[in-house]
Amino acid sequence: MTNPNPVSGSPDKEPATESQAAQNAVGNTDRAATTATAPKRPEGQPRPSLGRLFLDNLWAANTVTVTVLAVVLAMLVGAVLIIVSDPEVLATYSYITARPADAISSSWTVVSEAYANLFKGAIFDPQASGFTASLSPISETLTYTAPLVFTGLAVALAFRGGLFNIGAQGQATIGVILAAVAGFALPLPPVLHLLVALIAGAAGGAIWGFVPGILKARTGAHEVITTIMLNYVAVYFLAWIIIQPGVHSPTRADAISKPVESSAQLPRLLGSDLRVHSGILLAVLATWFTAWLLNRSTVGFELRAVGENPDAARTAGISVTKAYVLVMVISGALAGLGGSNMVLGSTANALTPEVVAQIGFDGILVALLGRLKPWGVLLAALLFGALQAGGNRMQSYSGISLELVTVLQALIVIFVAAPALVKAIFQLRAARAARLQTSLAKGW
Amino acid sequence: MSTIAVPDVAVTVDVGFWTRNRKAGAVLLALGVLAAVLFGALATGQQARFTLSETEGGAALEITGTFGAILFGLVAAAAGGALLAGVPKRWFTLVLGVGLVAFVLSFLCWQVSAAPEGRNFMPLVNIVRGTFILALPLIFGALSGVLCERTGVVNVAIEGQLLMGAFSGALFGSIYQNVWVGLLAAAVGGALISLLLAVFAIRYLVDQVIMGTVLNLFAVGVTGFLYERLMQINAEKYNTAPRFGNWEIPLLKDIPLIGPALFRGNIFLYLGLLLVLVIHLALFRTRWGLRTRSVGEHPTAADTLGVRVLRLRYRNVIMAGLVAGVGGASYTLAFYSFTKNMIGGKGFIALAALIFGRWSPTGALLAALFFGFADQLATYLGAIGSSIPSQFLAMLPYLATILAVAGLVGRVRAPAADGKPYIKG
Amino acid sequence: MEPGEIHALLGENGAGKSTLMNVLYGLYQPDEGEILVDGKPLKLKGPSDAIAAGIGMVHQHFMLVPVFTVAENVMLGAEQVKGGIAGFLDRRRARREVAEVSERYNLRVDPDAVIEDLPVGIQQRVEIVKALTRDVDLLILDEPTAVLTPQETEELLTVMRSLKAGGKSIVFITHKLGEVKAIADRITVIRRGKTVGTASPTASRDELAALMVGRSVRLTVEKQPANPGRPILEVAGLVVDDDRQIRAVDGVDLTVHAGEVLGVAGVQGNGQTELIEAIMGLRPVLAGTVTLDGEAVHGWPTKKVLRAGVGYVPEDRSVDGLVKEFSVAENLVLDIYDRPPFGKGLSLKPDAIAKSAKERIEQFDVRTPSADAAVGTLSGGNQQKVIVARELSRPLKLFIAAQPTRGVDVGSIEFIHSRVIRERDIGTAVMVVSSELDEVIGLADRIAVMYRGRIIGIVGPDTPREEIGLLMAGITPETTDAAAAPAPEGPGNEDEA
Repeated sequence: MTNPNPVSGSPDKEPATESQAAQNAVGNTDRAATTATAPKRPEGQPRPSLGRLFLDNLWAANTVTVTVLAVVLAMLVGAVLIIVSDPEVLATYSYITARPADAISSSWTVVSEAYANLFKGAIFDPQASGFTASLSPISETLTYTAPLVFTGLAVALAFRGGLFNIGAQGQATIGVILAAVAGFALPLPPVLHLLVALIAGAAGGAIWGFVPGILKARTGAHEVITTIMLNYVAVYFLAWIIIQPGVHSPTRADAISKPVESSAQLPRLLGSDLRVHSGILLAVLATWFTAWLLNRSTVGFELRAVGENPDAARTAGISVTKAYVLVMVISGALAGLGGSNMVLGSTANALTPEVVAQIGFDGILVALLGRLKPWGVLLAALLFGALQAGGNRMQSYSGISLELVTVLQALIVIFVAAPALVKAIFQLRAARAARLQTSLAKGW
Repeated sequence: MSTIAVPDVAVTVDVGFWTRNRKAGAVLLALGVLAAVLFGALATGQQARFTLSETEGGAALEITGTFGAILFGLVAAAAGGALLAGVPKRWFTLVLGVGLVAFVLSFLCWQVSAAPEGRNFMPLVNIVRGTFILALPLIFGALSGVLCERTGVVNVAIEGQLLMGAFSGALFGSIYQNVWVGLLAAAVGGALISLLLAVFAIRYLVDQVIMGTVLNLFAVGVTGFLYERLMQINAEKYNTAPRFGNWEIPLLKDIPLIGPALFRGNIFLYLGLLLVLVIHLALFRTRWGLRTRSVGEHPTAADTLGVRVLRLRYRNVIMAGLVAGVGGASYTLAFYSFTKNMIGGKGFIALAALIFGRWSPTGALLAALFFGFADQLATYLGAIGSSIPSQFLAMLPYLATILAVAGLVGRVRAPAADGKPYIKG
Repeated sequence: MEPGEIHALLGENGAGKSTLMNVLYGLYQPDEGEILVDGKPLKLKGPSDAIAAGIGMVHQHFMLVPVFTVAENVMLGAEQVKGGIAGFLDRRRARREVAEVSERYNLRVDPDAVIEDLPVGIQQRVEIVKALTRDVDLLILDEPTAVLTPQETEELLTVMRSLKAGGKSIVFITHKLGEVKAIADRITVIRRGKTVGTASPTASRDELAALMVGRSVRLTVEKQPANPGRPILEVAGLVVDDDRQIRAVDGVDLTVHAGEVLGVAGVQGNGQTELIEAIMGLRPVLAGTVTLDGEAVHGWPTKKVLRAGVGYVPEDRSVDGLVKEFSVAENLVLDIYDRPPFGKGLSLKPDAIAKSAKERIEQFDVRTPSADAAVGTLSGGNQQKVIVARELSRPLKLFIAAQPTRGVDVGSIEFIHSRVIRERDIGTAVMVVSSELDEVIGLADRIAVMYRGRIIGIVGPDTPREEIGLLMAGITPETTDAAAAPAPEGPGNEDEA
């Protein structure tokens, strides 16, 4: 199970994280050593059942270690990118044999400043004074976190039901459209209006999730293909609807819709100066709901059974068709809520072609980093939200492109996906094939 | 598995009157009638001119809008009716093709005739050339997919490979001011993403679809980051790659319509078409192809016969990256400077073309051309002020692919071992 | 191994025969020890080394690419090419080679046929041709008769004899005593990965069986005469297709009474699987009726069939029977999770699930570290016991068990058999489908033999094995006394011949 460590540890400055990693590394070698004495041949291939168990234990015990190491590795690669993309620093490397100190110090300056800004933007700025300024980083982090929780849960839930929902992006897009339209077109009183807008958003996502679900169940069409394709259909639909009369903002020439009424907006939590809004509370609620659904409900039992072994589930009388459709509808609804967050929260209040940003695709990363467990997803979303918030500050203060955050996020997940690689790099133990914890190794 | 017991007395069951061909016929009949009635009603009495040149002038095929729309609609309906009545199996593809083309023509008669006076013509050379140009990245991307997936590695990372290729082509082409260096760098850039896919999918057994998806994001991030850090700051130095010119092929370039459209193109056009041919031949006629296909279908069987499954997979996946990388360069070394996320989903349409083309190089080519045509048509209709929103035409490839995988346009069957990591023993 | 010798490797399922041969074929690496060929040690890094050393193998699960033609499968890995580095395939030559080998050893195959369209017997022939074109001296046949009818088996034995006459050596892996006695020159018996003895083909069946299992085996099941009651399951004119839309069940009529065991015998792939799946609502019924205790149940969803009092042990436990990643406790409620006390409305009651799991683990002697252990970590026998425990823990009218003891250790087999008989004795109608004829004979009160989608005969359990064997091959004696026996007759204590 994930615990809060990676989140607090990751956006930290390098030295701190490294020492933490070293600590973990030490602890881990110990563990590896003690376990290694148990089976006779630690280097060779232990017998499958034993080896499998051994590996599972190691994996379970090391979720935190692996995550932290993955973050460290990703940041190291990021540092290299920062250095090679800075012509001035790169210039010092041309005479590195003559004066190595120059190269090292200039590299250190640029990298440490970038990551310091990342930290200040995401968590806390020691120089900041006053209530608003000191809480601003956290507020930003939570603002970015909220939609990612929803899309992350959407992807994770579908995964547990045996489906790879790459379509969270499209579902969020349809969700944002319906939520926004409900937000500016319906004349409703405050609380009710918000509720209706949220329901509309969830319904939009659910419809967009229903299509691949029913196609998968009825015709066997692979959900990876259909959801990818539906993403683009949604993108073009959004582009079209924004410029339709009744939707398009009458006062603007560019592609932007009318703004959502204030009665349909998610209330802010810490006053109007800080952007954090009640979307984050909804996100926690959604996490709790998903966890209950998966582990404590009969529906969840069905979904998990179908996800792990559809043949056995069918033989035991569980309707695979129903499970596939249901899981995609719920997954779509969650993604739709994530989309709604983008227009009912503080990020934007009107539809534009980029209104949902990348939340659907980031949701895939969040789900994987969260090991497909609802509370894990919440923590992973928090990490990604922090990276986003920090990345903004890094961009404006250090001039390091925000795209670095995308690179970091992808790298973290790549490293987490192959724990054997992380371990090999840190020489914790001989690299050995290990699977991502999904049983989803299948073709179209 | 191969050991399915088949009692040889068993006969294939009769699915009744509604065979797949008949269903297709019914749909086509309905479309044809719809075209004749609706397009016929909407079309104007103006001439619809299809010129064999790039402009309004020159030789042209002309037809009155209303008449053409109704005529071609009826042709489509007739083809549908023929399928419904039941034509021999070998005629199926041809009749269906004729029907669909007639439907498109009916649609065009309506659109062209409804265009404002003076713009009621369609320059076919432009359309054909545009179709091929827009199809180019799809062709390269889909070929990359063929190479990967025929060996049993799912390639969702086509988008990332194209993007990386486009980026490194632009970057190194600019730095060295040499198109060939750029081309080489583009291929290597694509192969880099491929290599990551190969290592994680084959060595570390990470799920291939997940890995592909993550690699796409990775490529977007890296190229976006370096674009902002290098190219945006110093475009002069880092984003002014020289471009390949057009090469005219003697004799062939003078063929009407096809000549100016296809044989005055750039290296990428020729390379793409050549690769389709080469990969097709290699896949179905050579030792490498036989082994590749066997590894994609039944790796254990291949292994027992001494085929090195993993090595072949590595090799093919990396080759796929080289091909896609060149495809990426077809943007930056021929038409545009690099911009952030410039592939914009073409990699996914390439994936669609791969599936639509049933994992075969020639099929992928046809699918890519179909999608390219849809794309070109959207541009054209926008130019003549059509009432059809371009966004809906842009959706066409995606919708077509959904219909294809749902089995409504014929069943598609992936290589049996596609996406399954091979573990010995 | 001597040249021109047929050496049988005899052992129970899971005794290590196939593993040994895979090592010999270079697929697995030996941990220690060495392989001698012509007195010299041989180091095999992979199958290509084995092929080079003249070793060929026909695997239990055929190693054929289903979408390739016969010729393509035969040439794969040893392609004849032309055109220099391009390496174009010389298909004509491959076809000629196939034709030559077919001719020489009388193995008729069409080089241009696509594998997936061929029946199993022919696919096996392709495998043999494939090995022979590689000029092997030693041919390993791993359980070659498991999927064959007695007739096809007879043909295979003829082929083996002609290969032997041609100077090839053959290792013949099997657990069927009759075939060994019919063809082997020398017999090695393996148990738990060790050679436990060699024997000559003149040794008696009982001797060989004892060597194989390690203690004298009881091939019988203790049971009292059946006391059949009213008909519970009635199947009439049932027609069902398999996954490839090919008719698999072609007009089956049968009845199972309360308190009796109906055994369904037959070579695998003659429609048994589809018959049962159709009864369970897992496969569409194209024609005919299925009646459960007077109520027509065809067309019902599986859940409804299960709830109507049917227990079902599917033939492939790892695919259809269990969710391996789920815990033992979860698997024990896989088909009743939404019924009180385990589920109420939408919510699941983990305590009730855990409590009942504990009881049933005890009752059914499931050896597991805990109820929370993933079922996939258990041994085959214990996994099977989990399924049996699940299905027998609720009141049943009909209990259907398909291959209930496949890949299960001897101890678990006895336990499962006794539970099946106990279920019969409390008045449940029981249907056992098995490709192990001994199991069917031991358990059943009546035996229905299936052949090519039809019930070709229904006989009593004291019918001679040979007669049932002929039925399995599709040969009906013109007058079979027991064929039309409406009710079971007497105790079924039939020993193996």
